[in-house]
Amino acid sequence: MLTLKLALRNLIGAGTRTWLNVLVTSLSFVLIIFMSGMYRGLIEYAMRIMIATEIGGGEYWHPLYDPEDPLSIDDAHGLLPPGIAAQVAQGRAMPVLVIQGSMYPNGRMMPTLIKGIPPGQQVVDLPTGDLALPRTDRVVPVFIGTGMAQSTRLQLGDRFTLRWMDAEGTYDAVEAEVVTIVDMENFKVDRGQVWIPLARLQQMAAMADEATYAVVSRETDLLLDTGSWLARSVKHLLQDIVQMVQADQAYAKSMYGMLIGLAALGIFNSQVLSIFRRQKEIGTLMALGMTRSRLVGLFTLEGGLHSLLALILAAVYGGPLLYLAASRGIPLPYEGADIGFVMAKRLFPVYSVGLLVGTTALVAGIVTLVSYLPARKIAQLKPTEALRGRVI
Amino acid sequence: MRRRHIILAVLAVTVTVSRAWGGQLEDTPTAEELIKAMDANLTAKTQILTSRMVVHGRRSSRTIVSKSWIVGTDKAFTEYLAPPREAGTKMLKVGNQLRTYSPQTDRIIQISGHMLRQSLMGSDLSYQDMMEDQEFLSAYEGVVEGSELLNGRDSWILILTARETGLAYPLRKAWVDKEWLLPMREELYAKSGKLLKSVQVRDVMEVEGRWYPKVWVFKDELKRNSRGTEWIVDEITFDVPIPDSRFTKAALRK
Repeated sequence: MLTLKLALRNLIGAGTRTWLNVLVTSLSFVLIIFMSGMYRGLIEYAMRIMIATEIGGGEYWHPLYDPEDPLSIDDAHGLLPPGIAAQVAQGRAMPVLVIQGSMYPNGRMMPTLIKGIPPGQQVVDLPTGDLALPRTDRVVPVFIGTGMAQSTRLQLGDRFTLRWMDAEGTYDAVEAEVVTIVDMENFKVDRGQVWIPLARLQQMAAMADEATYAVVSRETDLLLDTGSWLARSVKHLLQDIVQMVQADQAYAKSMYGMLIGLAALGIFNSQVLSIFRRQKEIGTLMALGMTRSRLVGLFTLEGGLHSLLALILAAVYGGPLLYLAASRGIPLPYEGADIGFVMAKRLFPVYSVGLLVGTTALVAGIVTLVSYLPARKIAQLKPTEALRGRVI
Repeated sequence: MRRRHIILAVLAVTVTVSRAWGGQLEDTPTAEELIKAMDANLTAKTQILTSRMVVHGRRSSRTIVSKSWIVGTDKAFTEYLAPPREAGTKMLKVGNQLRTYSPQTDRIIQISGHMLRQSLMGSDLSYQDMMEDQEFLSAYEGVVEGSELLNGRDSWILILTARETGLAYPLRKAWVDKEWLLPMREELYAKSGKLLKSVQVRDVMEVEGRWYPKVWVFKDELKRNSRGTEWIVDEITFDVPIPDSRFTKAALRK
């Protein structure tokens, strides 16, 4: 208790030097938690949106389908294997057919993917309800995302021509009408594509009952036997996004290192200075009977208490700031589609208990270590030399 | 060459004899005769031609000059000569495979799948359109619907329907000039009956005893405000021997 009291008194007695160190350390605390929270928020958002709108509980791919290779799309269509077809019949999976085509919004030609999806499906959060509405004309109902609407300058109710080549290699064209425009938050189901009823696309493309891939609902497990089709787990489908964030986190970690390094350097410096200046005090305490190990403990505690004060200070100004960021989000200056990443327009950082405890333990540990290193020299001191102030 | 002359002669005799009988119905040649006559004018064992393609954009137009070597309907080799940006680009079609060579990248790329449907150098023509140059007779069967004046010239109206599935355009409507026996205007339709493209012949020339289009205008009818793409044949020779080495991948890099 005496050691703690002495340590606190000495620390506060050091005045500006202590508070500068505490401020730098608290900044490290807040910035590390904030940046880690940003990365976590980024990943969690991307995963949540992709699972909800695109990948559900996993996918089955036609053996020739490669979403990263547009050249594969022409040949990637076929009948669903029996196991997958059974899941589709039970409503636990939905087939999607993809073909290449061209659209002519306002008379301009644009290449596009035409995707067929069962109207009213419940597997992913895509607004397919309006595709099921009965029509008296031959016009194809289409839903598009806001990104696609922006690039094509299409609005609700607008009509345009869709042109494609069917499975036999014959051109066909039809009028289409935009029945739904929704912000899908996932450019992978938005940009460069239009969604139409599956049965209609199968008929248009002369690909009866065929699909390119199937999405499994979140509550359904992937089949082990998928015939010639390929099962793609959620983990597999998200690995790109996780790897992208992990690659960027290497940069973030070097930033954390620099922040902690700055704080540690300040504390190390003040510890060295403190021990040099307080040699007579050290000699006096030793002469009065304080053991060397207790003295080392006293100085280490003084240094270590920087992290406690920094934590309190960080909580005072950083707490509200972090809370504000987490509750209101941070507006992002660019679109996720521009950098190939599923991102929200506002990013909401996510702080976990593990992140808070881990960051606190890391900073406290490093601060205590850099406090202990200079204090070790006290163990070599002789009281008489210390009283004269000549040794260190 | 000899076959073509015989066909043209037979058609001329048919028309003359039926005119002598005086009946309007008898004047009308059969669709097959018309198609054969068109094929005789448009196709040859080999062709070597120099042409200009004028692509009209919204703000400006650009002219692409090329030289092509063609054998029948299966093999074609085109080298682009101008403008400097396109000069040296080559294109090789053998059967249903199309390859391009770009000197900037020094790479040969096979054009396949959806790329075939993309525009050829920004024009109203697609690579697929380039590939579709088989004889009408083998691909389509026709019906003569009557005749009408097109740009002041008497023309037969010929409806062409694909003989089998798999043709890019299953239905065509052609206005065949009664004197030149060339399709002076063609409309290309989708399976649904929607008009996709039109081809118009604005000028013709007589070469080696046959009529051949000198200026074609291709137009993507789905594009609004499109001025079409002109294709002007400056020079053409028929039935000149072309070595097989011209149609190899190695020739693309030469």
